[in-house]
Amino acid sequence: MISLEPVAEPGAPLARRNPVAKLAAALVFSVVMVATLDPVAPAIAIAVELALLPLFGIRYRVLARRALPLLVGGFGIVVTLVLFAADRSGRVLLDAGPLLVTSGVLVTALGLALRMFAVALPGIIVFATTDPTDLADALVQNAKAPARFAIGALAAFRLVPLLGQEWQMIEMARRARGVDAGRNPVARLRLFTSTAFALLVGAIRRGTRLAVAMDARGFDAGTPRTVARRQHFGTADGLLVAGAAVLAGAALAVSVALGTFRPLIG
Amino acid sequence: MAAVTLRGFGWRHAGRRRWALRGVDLRIEAGERVLLLGPSGAGKSTLLAALAGLLPEDSGEQQGTVEIDGLDPRKARERVGIVFQDPESQLVMARCGDDVAFGLENRGVPTDEIWPRVDEALRRVGFPYHRERATAALSGGEQQRLALAGALVLRPGLLLLDEPTANLDPAGGELVRRAVAGALDADTTLILVEHRVADALPLVDRVVVLEAGGGVRADGPPEAVFAAYGDALADEGVWVPGHPIPPRHATASAGEALLAAERAGLPPRLAATDLRVRAGEALAVLGPNGAGKSTLALLLGGLLRPGSGRVVATAALADRDAGTPPHRWRAPALARRIGSVFQDPEHQFVTGTVHDELALGPRRTGQPEPAVRATVDALLDRLRLTKLAGANPYTLSGGEARRLSVATALATAPRLLICDEPTFGQDRRTWRELVDLFADLRDAGHGVVTVTHDADFVAALADRTVTLRRPEDRT
Repeated sequence: MISLEPVAEPGAPLARRNPVAKLAAALVFSVVMVATLDPVAPAIAIAVELALLPLFGIRYRVLARRALPLLVGGFGIVVTLVLFAADRSGRVLLDAGPLLVTSGVLVTALGLALRMFAVALPGIIVFATTDPTDLADALVQNAKAPARFAIGALAAFRLVPLLGQEWQMIEMARRARGVDAGRNPVARLRLFTSTAFALLVGAIRRGTRLAVAMDARGFDAGTPRTVARRQHFGTADGLLVAGAAVLAGAALAVSVALGTFRPLIG
Repeated sequence: MAAVTLRGFGWRHAGRRRWALRGVDLRIEAGERVLLLGPSGAGKSTLLAALAGLLPEDSGEQQGTVEIDGLDPRKARERVGIVFQDPESQLVMARCGDDVAFGLENRGVPTDEIWPRVDEALRRVGFPYHRERATAALSGGEQQRLALAGALVLRPGLLLLDEPTANLDPAGGELVRRAVAGALDADTTLILVEHRVADALPLVDRVVVLEAGGGVRADGPPEAVFAAYGDALADEGVWVPGHPIPPRHATASAGEALLAAERAGLPPRLAATDLRVRAGEALAVLGPNGAGKSTLALLLGGLLRPGSGRVVATAALADRDAGTPPHRWRAPALARRIGSVFQDPEHQFVTGTVHDELALGPRRTGQPEPAVRATVDALLDRLRLTKLAGANPYTLSGGEARRLSVATALATAPRLLICDEPTFGQDRRTWRELVDLFADLRDAGHGVVTVTHDADFVAALADRTVTLRRPEDRT
């Protein structure tokens, strides 16, 4: 189960920054890392991200737990590529019958896994340090996102944890009605589909009720909204975004200087 | 402070043949407190939605006029506040204070006025927590108090309450009613929809009864209305005070044991519990919110695996499967022996029509088609659902959905029936039918277990009660 609740100490210097600034900084970092195919730039980026972690108030153990699915995915990428990649260039590292591991394969596989980490980590850090309400507020106030979208998404987001309980309830209710799939995979798939459909029907009904309740309290009625919680985008927030751009650029520069840089396009 | 005028008002939802509401003439003066009654399907909720300006012009067809202080309600929304039945789907924000502030933001109230008004509204409804408290951590009664604060903070001249306590346990309902009584200004107009008249009477000074076919049947002070129409209203399902329902206790002593919980628990939801269920006995499981009553119902129903201890079926219930715990039985075998009725009927619906819903269980358990048809017809008739056989289960009213969910559990003729809050939010008529139905089952040798907060239901039906305590209250 992926948890999206913030886990950081709220007082940490970078965790306190404006959510939009954090989101922009993460975006800058991720976009730069998508643009290169080499393993050096992502490795530097990951080192920078990990070094900055204490400033975000996240403990390494907490991050490891949250990034666990990512670790599993990275391992999967390396194994898959080492076993199946067509490119077998470079020095032979291991030759065990059908299993041929060359330096070329290993570099590509590690590069890909590192890129995935470097792209995903900033996002994980942002969501681990940001309260969803603050994010919605900042999107409306600092990024001029429409309130209809940001507040609506926030309200829907509040209902997400209920879906897990609801799923379990529907499954049990079906069992009580004499409906189960046993070991038959086709029956399992059909049961899964019909449970998902029931969940969807319930979610739509609840969402509709919520929308009516929001309407009744004047949401989206055309009156200009005021805000109860002010979000400031200050110099420090600007510096965070600029710093992210500089660091990401530096990682690329090192990679170019070392001659390892391989652009995605071109 | 707002006055309401309806002249020949009617509304038909788009795509429906029947008028939800028709020919209503009514004048409610500013500051009046009105209890709105009527049999289920008389259009009470539709009337409240119209007054709250929540029926867009393109969502149906209107007859006559409805006005608030001479204005179309769609243009007078800032004069009206409404609280609905379901607490879960009317809170918007993650923190309590933010949720109350939501309406003020929408109305464009300046930022420095918002928080003083939020604090004042929370104080008026007697909200016990700080405004940083998570809305998800509140009980149902507390959530409804918060919803009330969210409506009152906008200082509506007209407050509409649509069965605000129907989904709450008695303690939660009392919390909300006390908050309403304490928080209303003297000149706020109130219109309340509520089946439980005795609970609502301290809040109102006028009763209006809608007629199912259209129009207003009765209107006046509560004593006068109930003196003239009390008997008829009670028969139609309104909980009129002074119309007790005769109890149905067992005439014979309980029979053989069917199922037992032996130190069965599921930490942290339910502490280890011992319980024996017998044939020919109606057992009621009581206890406060959080004591794990619903969890116990799921354990007994073979739907959850106990975390500690075990649930054991006797040979009388399970023949040769008696050695296997119920949660490991295949679903059809389970449905033949133990029927479970969930708190929310909609969780249980699997098919597209009421008829198929009833036929599903018998078919899954391998009954021949003529037997299936006989079972379905008998249940449709017994639970007044024959006219609805072709309807989609999701379109039923609360009472109809409850009757259908009980009927589906009975369709496989299980020896043991387990129900979680079967009478929640039910009108008097459905309530009475449930008592009779369960009593008949019990007298025919079935075991009936109900998890419930409803003291009247326990008094009318139960032969024995078991009271659970919260796990943390135990030593």
